[in-house]
Amino acid sequence: MNTEELLRRKSFIELGARERARTLLDAGSMRELIGPFERMASPWLAQQGIVTQADDGVVVAKGRIDGAPAVVLAIEGAFQGGSMGEVGGAKIAGALELAAEDNRRGIPTRAVIVFETGGVRLQEANLGLAAIAEIQAAIVDLRRYRPVVGITAGTVGCFGGMSIAAGLCSYLIVTREARLGLNGPAVIEQEAGIDEYDARDRPFIWSLTGGEQRYRSKLADAYVEDDAEAIRDTVCAALRAGLPAHHRSDRHEAFLACLAAVDPAHQARPETVRALYEKGL
Amino acid sequence: MDMSKEAGRGAVWLAALTAGGAAAEGYGATVRVVDARLGGERARYIAVVRDAGNPFPRVRNGEVGLLEGWSIARAVREVIAADAAAPVKRPLVAVIDVTSQAYGRREEAYGIHQALAAAVAAYADARLAGHPVIGLIVGKAMSGALLAHGYQANRLIALDDAGVMVHAMGKAAAARVTLRSVEELERLAATIPPMAYDIGSFATLGLLWRLLPVERPGAPGGADLDRVETCLVEALADIRADPARDLAGRLQQPTRRMSKLVRERLRATWRED
Repeated sequence: MNTEELLRRKSFIELGARERARTLLDAGSMRELIGPFERMASPWLAQQGIVTQADDGVVVAKGRIDGAPAVVLAIEGAFQGGSMGEVGGAKIAGALELAAEDNRRGIPTRAVIVFETGGVRLQEANLGLAAIAEIQAAIVDLRRYRPVVGITAGTVGCFGGMSIAAGLCSYLIVTREARLGLNGPAVIEQEAGIDEYDARDRPFIWSLTGGEQRYRSKLADAYVEDDAEAIRDTVCAALRAGLPAHHRSDRHEAFLACLAAVDPAHQARPETVRALYEKGL
Repeated sequence: MDMSKEAGRGAVWLAALTAGGAAAEGYGATVRVVDARLGGERARYIAVVRDAGNPFPRVRNGEVGLLEGWSIARAVREVIAADAAAPVKRPLVAVIDVTSQAYGRREEAYGIHQALAAAVAAYADARLAGHPVIGLIVGKAMSGALLAHGYQANRLIALDDAGVMVHAMGKAAAARVTLRSVEELERLAATIPPMAYDIGSFATLGLLWRLLPVERPGAPGGADLDRVETCLVEALADIRADPARDLAGRLQQPTRRMSKLVRERLRATWRED
């Protein structure tokens, strides 16, 4: 990117969830459902003396992309680490359920999910986990009809049960600043020890779970600059491509064949993972 | 004899429920797949079990790791494919005792999130295709491991026992992440049902179809086994009688009032454009 391009560029990462949704939808088409003025906040955080947010950290935005109906579900990483509680989780699951219902009635609604999340909100533990199971159920339902596109841009990244949800998407778009993994680094270090996973070694964490590594090892479909226009164009291209021949989550034969060649006696290295999946997937 | 200490409850319940069944071949030591009867029908039972000598060092205590996620997907998709043209779809029973997802470098590097997504998608596709999917929780059902193995079931059944637990994260780790002491966490869990660790509190969330009392949860037999088998058959009949293939049955308790309210508000405003 030259200087002129850099100056013209609009960062996606620096946008909040609401502006991210607006950027992805056709100009002027966005309509927010259960917006902050409806004040549907978490009942469980309030009971624990924790400050709530009027939208519970999730924006449900209906509108159009490329002129066709779409819904964008954007998670606000700045509120409680983008964690999924009962209300925010129900907003995503409920919207995806309605999008699938639209398709059964002949309305071709597509969904885009902006993942900026650490996973379950532990203050709502089991209701967060249940909501994530329902989000996953709804993605699998909807993707029978239309592609579900996931974006993880950063800086929070996408972890926990929501990384599994990202793994269900028809297409996953990442940036260099994104990280995608099941378990957060601190939790792995605590459970398995610092020799297994040094949570403070940032280059190490990025080399294994960063957006570029995930893309190069075929666990993501597109790797884009932090540029709102570029991300929007990539989303449009994914939606135009329609359903993939095989969703990544359904390729157990290819993945099991790859993993059969892994020697678990040796610790994993980023270049080994790339080489294995570049060849086998 | 209580075998549950060595092999785990998942293994002993699977063995008890599938006596006389045929183990499917080609699966590793940690994923057991058995085709056996459920009532008068053929069914496939799947359990993730402990393997103290597993080559993957972070998958030795009943965790769900890379091979476990992809292998569950394979076991489920075999049934979906085999029954593609069948008018009546074979039931699937997930026997659940999973301590957690695997926490390790190998797992993150090779994409454990994707392996778990494979298992989730397979169970969800099976349910949507009309296979009755039943989750039977006989021990721990923790976090990502439960998402991958059981949480997509049409109906969830749990044994009513102190060794049965559903949660998003172990107490020590949850306390650290939320900047609380374990004592503080326990105090909050006593009044806030979704934070509780005991299965009785979990049952108040409306996510379980049945909570079953048993005498000896670690050594299934006799009346316990009869009760569980009867319950599985009832669950199967309940699923077959239900035209819905979604998870909406989980939204009925007052503790999930907001989950329902949010969906009602979304529906009311969905179609203005």
